[in-house]
Amino acid sequence: MARFIVRRTLSAIALIIAVSIVVFGIFEIIPSYNPARAIAGRAASQTTVNEVARKFGFNRSLPVQYATTMKLIFTGQVIDYQYDLNVVDQFRQRFGATLSLVIPAGILWLLASIVLGSISALRVGRVIDRALMIFAIVGVSIPIFLLAAVLLYLLAFKTNVFPNTGYVGISDPIQWAYHLVLPWFCIAVLSVGFYSRVLRSNLLDMVNQDFVRTARAKGLPPRQVFTRHVLRNSLMPIITMFGLDFATLLGGAALVTEAVFNIPGVGQYEAQAIGNLDVPPILVGAMFTGFFVVLFGAFADIMYALLDPRIRLTG
Amino acid sequence: MAAERLLEVEELKVSFVTEDGIVYAVDGVSFTLDRGEVVAIVGESGSGKSVTVMTLMGLTRGPNSRFEGSARLRDRDLITASEAELRRIRGKEIAMIFQDPISSLSPVHRIGDQIVEQIRAHEDISKAAAFDRAVELMERVGIPRARDRARAFPHEFSGGMRQRAMIAMALSLSPSVLIADEPTTALDVTIQAQILEEVKQLRQDSESGVIFVTHDLGVVADIADRVIVMYAGRVVEQGTLDEIFYDPQHPYTWGLLGSVTRMDRDPPRRLPAIPGQPPSLVHPPQGCHFRPRCPHEFEHCAEVPPLEARVPEAPDHLDRCWLEVADKRARREVEGRIGLGTGSVVA
Amino acid sequence: MALDPLIMPGSATREAEVIPAEAEFNAGYTPAIGPWKLALRRLRRNKVALTFLVLFVLIVVVCLLAPVYASDVAHIGPNVGNITGTVNVGGKVKDIVTPQGLPIGPTWTNQYFFGADQEGRDVAVRLLYGGRTSLEIGAGATLIIIVLGTLSGLLAGYFRGWVDAILRPLMELIWSFPPVILGVAVGTALALGGIGPIKGNSLIIPILIIGVIYVPYLGKPIRGEVLRLREQDFVDAARAQGMGPWRIMVSEILPNAASTIIVFVPMMLAYAILLEAYLSFLGAGVQPPNASWGSLISDGIQLIDTTPHLSLIPGAMLVLTVLSINIVGDGVRDALDPRAQVRIKT
Repeated sequence: MARFIVRRTLSAIALIIAVSIVVFGIFEIIPSYNPARAIAGRAASQTTVNEVARKFGFNRSLPVQYATTMKLIFTGQVIDYQYDLNVVDQFRQRFGATLSLVIPAGILWLLASIVLGSISALRVGRVIDRALMIFAIVGVSIPIFLLAAVLLYLLAFKTNVFPNTGYVGISDPIQWAYHLVLPWFCIAVLSVGFYSRVLRSNLLDMVNQDFVRTARAKGLPPRQVFTRHVLRNSLMPIITMFGLDFATLLGGAALVTEAVFNIPGVGQYEAQAIGNLDVPPILVGAMFTGFFVVLFGAFADIMYALLDPRIRLTG
Repeated sequence: MAAERLLEVEELKVSFVTEDGIVYAVDGVSFTLDRGEVVAIVGESGSGKSVTVMTLMGLTRGPNSRFEGSARLRDRDLITASEAELRRIRGKEIAMIFQDPISSLSPVHRIGDQIVEQIRAHEDISKAAAFDRAVELMERVGIPRARDRARAFPHEFSGGMRQRAMIAMALSLSPSVLIADEPTTALDVTIQAQILEEVKQLRQDSESGVIFVTHDLGVVADIADRVIVMYAGRVVEQGTLDEIFYDPQHPYTWGLLGSVTRMDRDPPRRLPAIPGQPPSLVHPPQGCHFRPRCPHEFEHCAEVPPLEARVPEAPDHLDRCWLEVADKRARREVEGRIGLGTGSVVA
Repeated sequence: MALDPLIMPGSATREAEVIPAEAEFNAGYTPAIGPWKLALRRLRRNKVALTFLVLFVLIVVVCLLAPVYASDVAHIGPNVGNITGTVNVGGKVKDIVTPQGLPIGPTWTNQYFFGADQEGRDVAVRLLYGGRTSLEIGAGATLIIIVLGTLSGLLAGYFRGWVDAILRPLMELIWSFPPVILGVAVGTALALGGIGPIKGNSLIIPILIIGVIYVPYLGKPIRGEVLRLREQDFVDAARAQGMGPWRIMVSEILPNAASTIIVFVPMMLAYAILLEAYLSFLGAGVQPPNASWGSLISDGIQLIDTTPHLSLIPGAMLVLTVLSINIVGDGVRDALDPRAQVRIKT
């Protein structure tokens, strides 16, 4: 088991390096003209552009460029050119708000999926199962920003059930939660439908498995058969999937949700930068998201190994 | 001294509603099981043998299943029992061993825990006490270092060990009826022999009745007291081991026996297989189900032969064939051994 | 007990399709029917999928006819603004954009059917043109995904070795990156400078980006299929017949992977259209003067409290389109393999 963890961590590190190379490549190799100009921003003067070129090492060889860029990022010397702020500082300050958004949303999403998926597997073919199916398919057809807009319009503007965007720090828990309910709901709702369908499908497959038949033949009470055998075995793929999707959440859904709901998190910063075609925050954002994905992937794999004894030994 | 009658199945019919029509999986099966005896149910895939025994456990119930007839375990009808009653009976009075032990055991729970689970579902004892009992049981079925191995997972066991563990689990509450559904099919011949020894042993020790489902006549010859031969959802012949092997009355049985090599005879030039395929259970043939494949069929076979005793000296030897007993005895001799033959009576 | 009747073999799959594993039976009396015909028959029975297929086709046709609508019905182009003008609605004359800057809502007549935006442009016309853009990008990207995805999966799965050693990690890397961030990163980089001879605001850029991002979503499963198929006997038989690797891939392996590919087409189309919407919403997708549903929503969202129709109408079109594709896609998947488990990542 320890060996497995070590190996997985090592491959995660390798992946992180790969991610950094790819992101570097996107920004500094692909664009067909001077990447310094891209980083400096559209409105930059030639002097600024030259300065950037020197700072990032664009007139040196590729490996040196890469090393320099990485150093700049990690020592927090990358400045965005729209507002002249230190990108890494901004990320650090805003990370808390983003966590407030994604973590409870993720928990909500996972729990709701398990509950709804179980219910619809137990009530196959009935109304609630069909309703969930519709819910799932509609859920993956709506972009989050649209749902956010609609909810805001209906629940915050036209009526006053929820506050009209904005964010309150966690020091005031009630207001904090109150302001975040709609965004949490948006994020969770769109994926819950799909996840519960996957769980439902796993559960239904599981129910036909031989060992479930054995469990029933042993005379175990149905609830026990379901939770100890069926659910337990069905959850594992869900958890791995969730690990990866949660990381993806940060890179996409969180972005637009923060933008629409005006939550001062990392996503909002990135969204603004995109709108202004301001490269440095996007560069750093992509890099960090990539790292996060790798980490979460490794974490999910390790979790899976912990839960499934068959994997532990073969490692 | 008459042995206690444990199980009495009468005209059991099981059918399933499917997209392609109604599947008549079991079409009127009757048999009994007494304490201390081993009854083997023989047949090919699709004969209904597995569905029959699963139905005894209530494992075939569902929105698309239809049942007729009765299966009385002592004084209770398993077919009409409520789910709650059935749950109390399952594992405790009637237990089952399945074919493929690797898929029949939960991969994420330890073997010992799975046995404990069964015990504690029916008895109110502590986990520790149940675990001790589990270890005892595992020792009893011949698993070495049982206390250590009880903490292992199914995939860490070999096939034979897994099946022994399943047997231990099935025996944990000393059930009166033990059903073994092709327990040796997925195992090597050598392991198979060991498992069969176990079954014979426990028949002796615990005096349960055993229903042993298999398609392997060699196994039947080894352990059965009585044999039930099933084909396409019906019992086509049943009797004692000797009656079936030495005086088989149904052509299908002849076919089965004919396709087995025997050590006491010269090997035939070619192992005869029964030509044709088992019939669809959605649109079964009129009359005798075996008719389309039977070289001895005649007009009367259009009418379903009732399961009756036709051999005068053997009132419990039942079969479903219209032929006269003397005719049968003549027709089944093929090249000096019992076989299906080609229809014409050997002169 | 509430849970009792429901955890049983048989209740677990769709109602009329249950056969417990134990009741094997020989369906020898049913006439044999090829898998494709069978699939088609199942699809035809699926009324819901067919309805939405029709809806989708309607949407596509209407969007493609955008220029016709603009010239013959609305008499105005997508980028022509008219802030000071008026329009005749059911006898009354109304300002297209009020002096306070509030554009008119849906008129339900042939001019400004869905209303106007802040510049006085006809929303319906922009909706159709935007739809054309969204659909074109979606279709183009899907084409790239199908071609490159199949190719990469085939090559990696069949040749393995160093080909796989390069393709597989590449696919894994792109696949695990959140599509929006990746799209944004590349989109921003390319929007500024274009790539090679392609200008920064060409539609080819989003098509390329979205296409490449989703290639591994098809490539990985195809690779898996090919790995499995190449071990089958019929491949050995083909090799024994002297067929070269390319012929084997095309004539033996590809047809067997075909059903997987077919199932992926609507799925990838839906993904592509959605991703384009996300990117354009953020500003990293289509660049002005091009518009797509995503960018229309983005424009309208500033004024959602006063003029909701600006963002909600393109939003509704977008959802209807993607929903139709998803429902048809589900129907296709069910028709081809009622028990398929297809992994989708949002």
